[in-house]
Amino acid sequence: MEEVLKIEHLHKRFENINVLEDISLSIKKGETVVIIGPSGCGKSTLLRSIIGLESIEEGKVLFEGTSINPLDKKDIKIRQKIGMVFQSYDLFPHKTILENVILAPVKVQKRKKSEVIEEAEKLLERVGLISKKDNYPRQLSGGQKQRVAIVRALIMHPEVLLFDEVTAALDPEMVREVLDVILDLSKQKRTMLIVTHEMAFAKAAADRIIFMDGGNIVEESIPEEFFNDPKTERAKKFLKTFEFEKEKE
Amino acid sequence: MDFTIIKSYFPLFAEAFLLTVKIGWIGIALSFLLGIICAFILYFKIPVASFIVKCYVELFRNTPLLVQFFFIYYGLPAAGIKISAEVCGAIGLGLLGGSYMTESFRSGLEAVPLTQKESAFSLGMSKGVLFTSVILPQAISISVPAVVANIIFLLKETSVFSAISLMDLMFTAKDLIGLYYNTTESLFLLVVFYVVMLLPVSILGSVLEKKSRFKIFGD
Repeated sequence: MEEVLKIEHLHKRFENINVLEDISLSIKKGETVVIIGPSGCGKSTLLRSIIGLESIEEGKVLFEGTSINPLDKKDIKIRQKIGMVFQSYDLFPHKTILENVILAPVKVQKRKKSEVIEEAEKLLERVGLISKKDNYPRQLSGGQKQRVAIVRALIMHPEVLLFDEVTAALDPEMVREVLDVILDLSKQKRTMLIVTHEMAFAKAAADRIIFMDGGNIVEESIPEEFFNDPKTERAKKFLKTFEFEKEKE
Repeated sequence: MDFTIIKSYFPLFAEAFLLTVKIGWIGIALSFLLGIICAFILYFKIPVASFIVKCYVELFRNTPLLVQFFFIYYGLPAAGIKISAEVCGAIGLGLLGGSYMTESFRSGLEAVPLTQKESAFSLGMSKGVLFTSVILPQAISISVPAVVANIIFLLKETSVFSAISLMDLMFTAKDLIGLYYNTTESLFLLVVFYVVMLLPVSILGSVLEKKSRFKIFGD
């Protein structure tokens, strides 16, 4: 299968701290890759570097074989092919749900408004939020807002979707509704790179698990292998923390 | 209080009221324009221009309008530029107000969370679309309370107009008191006209504030 996204020897420093040290990975078309790891291991920074929210010191990000610099003006078209959903939803508070969804396709991709609205309504229908299309973001729950944020990214027809701890700010009951939407996308063979702390979800959705720690990729394997028989001590220790939580319950 | 006196003074105050409102609002319009331009310069950190704007803001925020009027009204003619008292009043108020408006608009622009920019950026928006569709509408809503406060403040500052021989409300009241000693009636009319001038702005302002707040914050 062809590689959609490829990262080669990525380095990122914040002052004197190495946040990312020589990260290399590639994602094939239709693949769902889940990155897990302790807080501060650099997983969010990795996603942000791919889309250009962080500058990179060394290394390359290749999109469909060509090296891109998302900060570069001429690569703006490529940036539109990489969608991102954030932990804090970040819907535009002054726009209704429908307006939030259609803003970028109409203003950025210059698509026909009527056609975009039609697609937006279909997508909102699919995530069960068509009745909220004329509401403002503040009138929605966290889980609903996050589903809208996913729709807002989807309508751009991205080749790759990046999810940065999208359920971390949600109440437990709302986590499910958001993860179900993502799981659905995974089944549709969307290319996705997901950072999450939801282990059960990672197990269910991932084609491949990447375990990061201290700015490095420590382990990379298929979910069954990673969760049942982790190779590294670091991964074992990390997975233990979740078992401990279970015992306490 | 003698109502026949009030009745006879009324037309004089009404005339002064119209003059005050006219020059006041022209000045406010100027300050609005100046404030927007200067806030953009600061927000986009345009080199050199940013420094000039900062100097202007500090100079005009930290000197009384009266002193500014003296410089414009007496200083400019000395430099060969002749302007009428009315133009001087509008320009002076515009310059003072501009420094306040600059800060209000700038803080509004900067109050829009960084994450808004990031999510717009990740949707592939260019800087132009990002600014006009995402940042600006939110910044305007955030600035409304400060701008309304500025407008009320500036309308009250018009009371300094008398220093450059503009027959505004304050000038009329002081003149009448000086001429006829009818202090109570003059001051009464003065208060009434100021309230008539400012109350609608105040009410309209809070309606506008509520509307814009509701849109963004929902309360």
